[in-house]
Amino acid sequence: MNGMARQRDAGADTDIPGFVEFCHDLPTHRGRMSCPAKSFAGAIAATLLLGACSGELSTLDPAGPAASRIATLWWVMLGGAFVILLGVMGTAIYALRSAAKERNFSTRKVLIGWGLAFPIATLLALMAVSFLPGELLPRSPEENAIRAQAHQWFWTFDYPGGERTIDVLHVPAGEEFAIAITSEDVIHSFWIPRLGGKIDAVPGKVNHIRLKADRPGRYLATCAEYCGIGHAHMRFEALAHRPEDYAAALTAATDRAAARAPVLEQRDAPAALVIEEWGDYLLDWLGIT
Amino acid sequence: MSEERHNKALEFHSELDPLYSPPKTRFGFLAATNHSVIGIRFMATAIGFFLIGGILAMLIRAQLAGPNTQFLDPGQYSQVFTMHGTVMMFLFAIPLIEGFALYMLPKLLGARDLAFPRLSAFGYWCYLSGGLILLAALLFGVAPDSGWFMYTPLSSKPYSPGINADVWLLGVTVVEVSAACAAIEFMATVLKVRTGGMALSKMPILAWYLWATSAMMLVGFPPLILGSIMLEVERAFGLPFFDPDKGGDPLLWQHLFWLFGHPEVYIIFLPGAGIVSTILPVFARRPLVGYNWIVAALIAQAFISFGLWVHHMFTTGIPDLSLAFFSAASLLVVVPTAIQIFSWLTTLLKGRPDLSLPMLWIYGFFFIFVTGGLTGVMVAIVPFDWQVHDTHFVVAHLHYVLVGGFVFPVLAGIYHWMPLFTGRRSDKGLGVLAFWLVFIGFNLTFFIMHLTGLLGMPRRVYTYAEGLGWELPNLVSSIGGFMSAVGFGLVLIDVLVQWRFAPFVHRNPWKAGTLEWGMATPIPSYNFASLAHVESRDPLHDDPDLPACLAAGEGYLAGHRGDYRDTLGVDGVTGEPEQIILLPPPSYLPLLTALPLVGVALCFLFSFYVGSVILAVVVLFMALRWLWETGLREDPAPIEAGFGRTLLPHPAVEQAPGWWGMIFTLVFDATFFASLLFGYIFLWTIAPNWPPPRFLEPAPILALLTLASLGLGGFAASRAVAANRQERESSRSSWLLLAAASGVAATFGLLAVPIWLAPPPTEHAYSAAVLMLSAYGAFHTGLSTVGSLFVLARCRRGFVSPLRSLDVRNASLFWSYSAVSGAIIVAVIHLMPLVGAA
Ligand code: HEM
Ligand SMILES: [Cu+2]
Ligand SMILES: [Cu+2]
Repeated sequence: MNGMARQRDAGADTDIPGFVEFCHDLPTHRGRMSCPAKSFAGAIAATLLLGACSGELSTLDPAGPAASRIATLWWVMLGGAFVILLGVMGTAIYALRSAAKERNFSTRKVLIGWGLAFPIATLLALMAVSFLPGELLPRSPEENAIRAQAHQWFWTFDYPGGERTIDVLHVPAGEEFAIAITSEDVIHSFWIPRLGGKIDAVPGKVNHIRLKADRPGRYLATCAEYCGIGHAHMRFEALAHRPEDYAAALTAATDRAAARAPVLEQRDAPAALVIEEWGDYLLDWLGIT
Repeated sequence: MSEERHNKALEFHSELDPLYSPPKTRFGFLAATNHSVIGIRFMATAIGFFLIGGILAMLIRAQLAGPNTQFLDPGQYSQVFTMHGTVMMFLFAIPLIEGFALYMLPKLLGARDLAFPRLSAFGYWCYLSGGLILLAALLFGVAPDSGWFMYTPLSSKPYSPGINADVWLLGVTVVEVSAACAAIEFMATVLKVRTGGMALSKMPILAWYLWATSAMMLVGFPPLILGSIMLEVERAFGLPFFDPDKGGDPLLWQHLFWLFGHPEVYIIFLPGAGIVSTILPVFARRPLVGYNWIVAALIAQAFISFGLWVHHMFTTGIPDLSLAFFSAASLLVVVPTAIQIFSWLTTLLKGRPDLSLPMLWIYGFFFIFVTGGLTGVMVAIVPFDWQVHDTHFVVAHLHYVLVGGFVFPVLAGIYHWMPLFTGRRSDKGLGVLAFWLVFIGFNLTFFIMHLTGLLGMPRRVYTYAEGLGWELPNLVSSIGGFMSAVGFGLVLIDVLVQWRFAPFVHRNPWKAGTLEWGMATPIPSYNFASLAHVESRDPLHDDPDLPACLAAGEGYLAGHRGDYRDTLGVDGVTGEPEQIILLPPPSYLPLLTALPLVGVALCFLFSFYVGSVILAVVVLFMALRWLWETGLREDPAPIEAGFGRTLLPHPAVEQAPGWWGMIFTLVFDATFFASLLFGYIFLWTIAPNWPPPRFLEPAPILALLTLASLGLGGFAASRAVAANRQERESSRSSWLLLAAASGVAATFGLLAVPIWLAPPPTEHAYSAAVLMLSAYGAFHTGLSTVGSLFVLARCRRGFVSPLRSLDVRNASLFWSYSAVSGAIIVAVIHLMPLVGAA
């Protein structure tokens, strides 16, 4: 079988544990989003009512310190950007509105003040805010890290105690945990948006990340680096347990993982069907059949 | 215009027009080299590709309009988004810039053509064929599908076994040949081919922008071409440059790609900004404020943009120190941009701006580009990038920058310069409606897409499930996408309608001051019947009669001096007239050289490597045939150039454009070499699975012999120059022969290493890199050998004399480059194993 076909075969799954599945049989993290929103009207209503920022993969709905710091940073930057955009556009439109006026201010001063000083000052401040305390996650190697390995298109997690899970990551809530990430095949990306930023899983290289979930719960993760045709379905979930339950949960999960291998199934090429349908329609219309 | 002038002008026109037009024979159009013709071909082809890229964008938006759509399957979707990005970047944006510069530069600079007209024709054929290869792959369903930046190992053989990735690597490389040619062409043109009196400080600002752009192209493309070659030989022959199991590193590809890819973004933005800097003052009815500031900002921007590439790799797990460095550099590049924006705002405030159609597009540009710049600042902040990298936030950001910074200014430019092409103008009705459709549609598509990304939607997913809050923003984006598509369609219709039916206007309806508005309409094939002498940046404001004077032959080089095309060459800094550049006649050689080159790529694509080698020899032969046609066989006499000056034709001048062409070619080549060395050192120091199982056998004698022949070759070639100067013809021949012989010896010495001494190249990235370095060196010494013999033949045929020394000087310059790069290669290959073993 050539590789393309192999990839196709393994293509769009219905069986990879994706969020659709757990939307059905598990409550969402705070039960606010009624999943799946069956009708489109429902989706609109949900989006408007519950605020546009929540969501199982939303970076604006943080559930850990790293993600919250970044969310705050975003709101601050958004405010600043808005003011600057308003200033520039306001000036440009004002120039248009008052075109007849004579103005004799010094060009040099404007360029020095606004062209040089203003961006330098703003950006320095921004740099400071972003790099000061703790913004760079400590990404150094860690003794008892969980080893995460990416594959096309699933994850395996190996724990310091020898346990292993597939596509479910068990972590203790309220404590930092360390993950050592690598890939068996192509580049993927490890990303639990509600807990913090992403880091790539690169073959031949081990990357480190430390994250923390404030509360017990289920946090969805998605692959962010394009890794072939299963990319859209490459999800996993991080389950944060109360520290006292952690060990037991891990043992139970390992037994389950052994029984469950990811199954990828072939699905019809939908566009081919569409084209065929249109072709038939056209032939009918022309009276050829 | 007085009666007399008018008649003169008509006379000049009837003489010059046939001389500068493509031959009127059946296939004469294939021989065209005139820059206006080639420029229009480039631009028309690029716009064709824009439409194709746009259709692909619509497929994407149709697929993502709702959750779980079954319109495209994941395999098709991956081809669609990869081709959308590839077509837009490589087949639309860059070629459109090349076409624009090809078309405009001589007109802005008051010249009749570019420095190397045949080179641009050659570039066009490469571009067209490369584009057609990619397009054919799309039609046959084997288009590239690993994303427009083709990350390894996904694009390596085990994970992309089909020819899809080869199509990308070979097709894009063929297209990049045209970019390289264009860069060399523009560098030499802006430096040498201007009109009299046009000192650097009196150049139109757009020429500065295009110059900075071409400088960036000159050093930006080599890393990409190198990376593509490396990945292609990995795929074809198993040289494991990117395979971590054998000492390769997938991140090397990312470094090489983004070393090109980030400057690429500025290569696309700078011409857009140049158009803004040109048009905005015209509509603000005031000269551009802060010309010197802008020039300084441009140069700074060009430099800084090469220090940013790692900001595309913030999530690959690089050390904190480099994160901080590249984050700071990415913020630093904001400063030159801010200077330009505030110059534009000041120009507006101090002028009397008026919102005609081109200006409307510029205002649209302001809003969109500034927004894109602000989100750019956000993603330069490392922690924030960790969240939004590879999500739709980045898709939104990049479209704000690319569409805002490039497409909008280009549309402003089209409406601005259209009266020059057509002699007609209309800025009412349809054009305004089209603007608003595009503007609102664009923002609808991409503004909300920032939110989509923040809600966690990764880019390049072919579908998504319900319940993550992504449905509404995606639907809005799709509606906006179709709205802007309708807008773009209306723009096209509007342009066509205006071209045929808009009311006629006077020449220069906007009262612009730059030279291109001094041409007749429709634009004559020779641009100017005589060339202006300029005293300022806005010569048409100084002397509104200038167009009539030029048409009547009252400038430099009125009419023609023989059966050939010519234009003025100046001193690069002062703009003093210095030489008469003889332009080549129309020729089929560009096409006949491009065809075998494309053949090389096609044979490679279908693994017919013998065919590639044979065709490569044909390319070399055609190139020599081409060079043979340059130059003169007798020492020329000085020629009357107008304003009481006499000038020599360029083959008899030290600083002929060809000399600069060689220098810029070597700059390109040296960047390629530097990237290769970077790759080698990167693998050695950073890649996993080093050191290799075994190193090269030590061979000090071979190393010394190779070094000696390199040195001797370079020395002999330089002696040939001296002998030529002193009119010692026989010693000139002997030195050239010696240079050729040393070239053979050096080639042998370099090739011996991978053939007999190094471990097989497929064993480890180390031996693969040794092969690559040796091949690079041997290629250059081999070319030096051929070059020396070629010049020897030219000498025999009387093309070379003390006065006409360009051939020997260029050969010697190239030999020196081969010798120096060869010596570095010998040192690296033979010494580093000692270091490694120690
Ligand atoms: C207004 C018309 C356009 C629309 C609606 C559009 C839409 C899109 C969308 C939705 C994507 C994301 C695909 C995905 O990640 O799944 C995309 C990717 C991209 N677009 Fe556009 N686009 C447009 C115009 C342009 C233009 C003018 C350029 C460049 C000059 C461009 C360059 C790119 C690039 C480089 C990518 C990344 C492709 C990749 O991920 O490999 N687009 N476009
Ligand atoms: Cu993945
Ligand atoms: Cu992925």
